[in-house]
Amino acid sequence: MNDFAHRLPDATREALAELLLAIADDEFVIGFWDSEWTGIAPMLEEDVATSSISQDEIGHARALYELLAELTGQDADEIAFGRRPEAYRHAALMNHPRTDWAFTVARRYLYETADAVRLEALARSSHEPLAQLAAKMRREERYHLMHLDTWLRRLAGSDAARERLAAALRMLWADALAVFSPVPDEELLVRGGELPEPMATLRSRWLEQVSPVLAGLGLPGPTSDDLTVAADDGRTRRTDAFRWLHGEFTMVAASERGATW
Amino acid sequence: MVAAADPRQAVVWAALDEVPDPEIPAISVVELGVIGGFAFEPTARGGERLTVDLLPTFVGCPAIDVMRDQVGERLRGLELADEVEVRISFAVPWTSDRISPEGREKLRASGFAPPALMAVGAPSVPETDLLTMAVVATCPYCGSRNTTLENPFGPTLCRAIYHCADCRQPFEQFKAV
Repeated sequence: MNDFAHRLPDATREALAELLLAIADDEFVIGFWDSEWTGIAPMLEEDVATSSISQDEIGHARALYELLAELTGQDADEIAFGRRPEAYRHAALMNHPRTDWAFTVARRYLYETADAVRLEALARSSHEPLAQLAAKMRREERYHLMHLDTWLRRLAGSDAARERLAAALRMLWADALAVFSPVPDEELLVRGGELPEPMATLRSRWLEQVSPVLAGLGLPGPTSDDLTVAADDGRTRRTDAFRWLHGEFTMVAASERGATW
Repeated sequence: MVAAADPRQAVVWAALDEVPDPEIPAISVVELGVIGGFAFEPTARGGERLTVDLLPTFVGCPAIDVMRDQVGERLRGLELADEVEVRISFAVPWTSDRISPEGREKLRASGFAPPALMAVGAPSVPETDLLTMAVVATCPYCGSRNTTLENPFGPTLCRAIYHCADCRQPFEQFKAV
């Protein structure tokens, strides 16, 4: 444990660990899902772009797992690769397989815009290592936002693609809102400034930003059902699709436990 | 920080300036601006430790471990301190404006357009400006500004791909970040 970890009360440290795990797992799992497009994206340039974005996300996850490891005294690799699927804490948005390109664009647009709102807040965190990392990540994520905004507008420009985007968004909205599911004992983090604003506030800010953009492109926002669905299990529900992905990304680590590379 | 009078400071900087970037070996880690600083500190056992802060260009840069090993190896070879520690740090975010003027020229000579200067430290730079900045790339081969961004993502996390309409040559830019 480092100096920052020692200064925190136990309950706050545990809540902060839950927050870091949730964000790290979001980045890790979406990075692995979209890395599946390497070699088969719709065009060569997109092969490069989606691989690069996925590499960024997995790199962000690694840095976050390392922050978590400093906080709890665990090993970062063990956190990343040593858990059962049920112990991952990514939002339900990342439970879905990559499906088709429109689905991937819809999911990533929802995720990147939500992540941008979250990172803006975390860059103001009282937990200094997290604030520093979030500030650095924001500079890179701007390229992701720009890229996904371009793809969203491009696909929305043709009827067939827009219909696929709309269908994907309708399927994903409720699970996307789970990005802002409250983490356990969140009020401790808000009081201490580790999480400068409650997730519910960030969720409202995100919806205010993305809803008009989607409406302007003729794409659906969340239904009242999506908005009222109980989100208690938004970060604990796991699917067979994720269990399959987990088998893929833990395959090498599981073949020789404790190996270093 | 080391006092300005400490002659070891210049020795360390000179040694670091001999450590190449693993992906673009024409430029050193000092020219790339990834050295956040270093200090000689007493250890618990009465010795001295040289601690170096390394600032990753991109958080997920896979070359960072190689850089850390090479910096550590070079500095241990100097035998200026009992221990050498190289830490990955985000205390100061690396930005492409940290690349030195010499580094920018060496990038250009190796066929990479240097990144547009971002006047960083200004958190007020709007997101949309990134697109404007990304478009400004001078062809490293013929000096033309008549270039187009082909892909903001390239063969490594830190590079974008351009095309020069005058000499009809594809080239890469070190990304502004």
